[in-house]
Amino acid sequence: MRRGRPAGPAGYIPAIWPALMLCVFFVIPFAIMAAISFFHRVEGGFYEPGFEFANYARFFTTFFARILGFSLFVSGLAAVVCVILGFPFTFMLTRLGRRRQVLWLVFLLSVLSLSEVIIGFSWSMLLSRTAGLSNLFVVAGLMDQPASWSPGFAALMMGLCYLAFPYTVLILYPPLSRLDPQLPEAARMLGASPLRTFFTVVVPAQRGAIVATLIMVFVFTLGAYLLPQLLGRPQHWTLSVMITDQAILQSNLPFSAAMAMFLMLVSLALVGLTYAIGGERREP
Amino acid sequence: MSARLFRPFFMGLVGLVMAMPLLVLAGVSLNARKRLLFPPDGLSLRWYGELFSDAGWLNAVKNSLAIASLSGLAALSVALPLAWFLWRYRVRYARVLFGLGVAPFILPPVITALGFLSFWATVGMYGQFTAVVISHGIFFVTLPLVTISLGLESIEAEVVEAAETMGAREMAMFRTIVLPLVRPYIFSGYAFAFVLSLNEYIIAYMVAGFTVETLPIKIFNSLRYGYTPVMAVVAVLFVMLAMAVFGLLARFGDLPRLLGAWTPEDR
Repeated sequence: MRRGRPAGPAGYIPAIWPALMLCVFFVIPFAIMAAISFFHRVEGGFYEPGFEFANYARFFTTFFARILGFSLFVSGLAAVVCVILGFPFTFMLTRLGRRRQVLWLVFLLSVLSLSEVIIGFSWSMLLSRTAGLSNLFVVAGLMDQPASWSPGFAALMMGLCYLAFPYTVLILYPPLSRLDPQLPEAARMLGASPLRTFFTVVVPAQRGAIVATLIMVFVFTLGAYLLPQLLGRPQHWTLSVMITDQAILQSNLPFSAAMAMFLMLVSLALVGLTYAIGGERREP
Repeated sequence: MSARLFRPFFMGLVGLVMAMPLLVLAGVSLNARKRLLFPPDGLSLRWYGELFSDAGWLNAVKNSLAIASLSGLAALSVALPLAWFLWRYRVRYARVLFGLGVAPFILPPVITALGFLSFWATVGMYGQFTAVVISHGIFFVTLPLVTISLGLESIEAEVVEAAETMGAREMAMFRTIVLPLVRPYIFSGYAFAFVLSLNEYIIAYMVAGFTVETLPIKIFNSLRYGYTPVMAVVAVLFVMLAMAVFGLLARFGDLPRLLGAWTPEDR
């Protein structure tokens, strides 16, 4: 229903409040954060205006380079696992009847809304020696004695994948539910097995969506803050943990702002890439 | 394994893994003893009683509910006029404004959280309840913005044209055509923002973690300073609330469409 411009200045009134709110409470905070990232830190928890690259230079220490490398690695791995499991899952989901689809969606949304702290807490229990899954395996005769699987790298991966899986499914849901059902049907009619149809027809048709989802999930898990603390060991702490730690506990706002700016540029570049892929796909 | 068997097997397995943490939480919340053991010994509702008699937990419940309901309203107040304006007029900066509304949700939240921290510290409102409400309101603008835009797109052009031909004014058109048609989308946008705000940790922590204790913050603090099954009780109640809200949305609205699926008629 989009046409024309508002008639006269009065027409712009409805846009004033949203534009004002977003500018004051979203654009200005980012501007302040960007400014602080160049400020000079004063020992004892304060900072003074300045312009220096000292905060950014600290990235190039091996300690932070290692954290950055680790953050990118866990998020990347979690994104790959989520898409590998989530893509066939979402495809099956979209082929279900409407009623069962809705039930799944309600369930997935409820899991998606779970706070990270609740996910971390319940997985640390599920992976613990005293009350965890390993006890079930012992009862079933699969293991000799209960084991402690948390904290550790595997526990962190489990938690991150659990956190990101519903998100993955909900991102893949629109493109897959719009997939023309005649496409796989035709392949089946021509004698392709379901598995072959899936890999030679469905997956190639959704290549763009898969790459975009990988990136979105990657950025999403980059933001995980509590899971590395609840399910990982200190060497598994990610950039998100460091940013918060520097800001709140070390009171080094300039350095934490510099890290956040860096993380933002990485995320924006990746999100820009997904838009570029999306735009390319839309062209005939 | 044949394909016919593979689908229920695979989906069932995923469902089981997704449900496991919820089952454990339910078990812990009903466990009679404080210590966690497997198998659990004895059922009791005592931890549920404890939640409602402990002033600290009740205060956190109150804070979280107040922040979620108010910030949802704040998000609506921004999203509704913005979505309407972008739908109604062809303006050049529309994409920029929409991008601004969607950005908080695309970036890792820790970045937005630090932005808010810098802002509230600069204006001297760090640690205040209002600051958390506004921060959550801005952070969750994306959800009502997206749902309301979806609703507006579904209004048929003929209806609006007919109203215009008959000389309806902008305000009358909004009240009599647009608002009734997008009302379900407004509700669902609010519901999404409400549920996610209840569960949000990092922004609430960065803006007022030491003064306004929300439930996720309280759970994390009590995880650090000693375990109590009340945490599981809170988690169970949250999950049930989320399921109730999303269940209602599905009952009274078109959930697949809200999540971006096309109904057959749209094809």
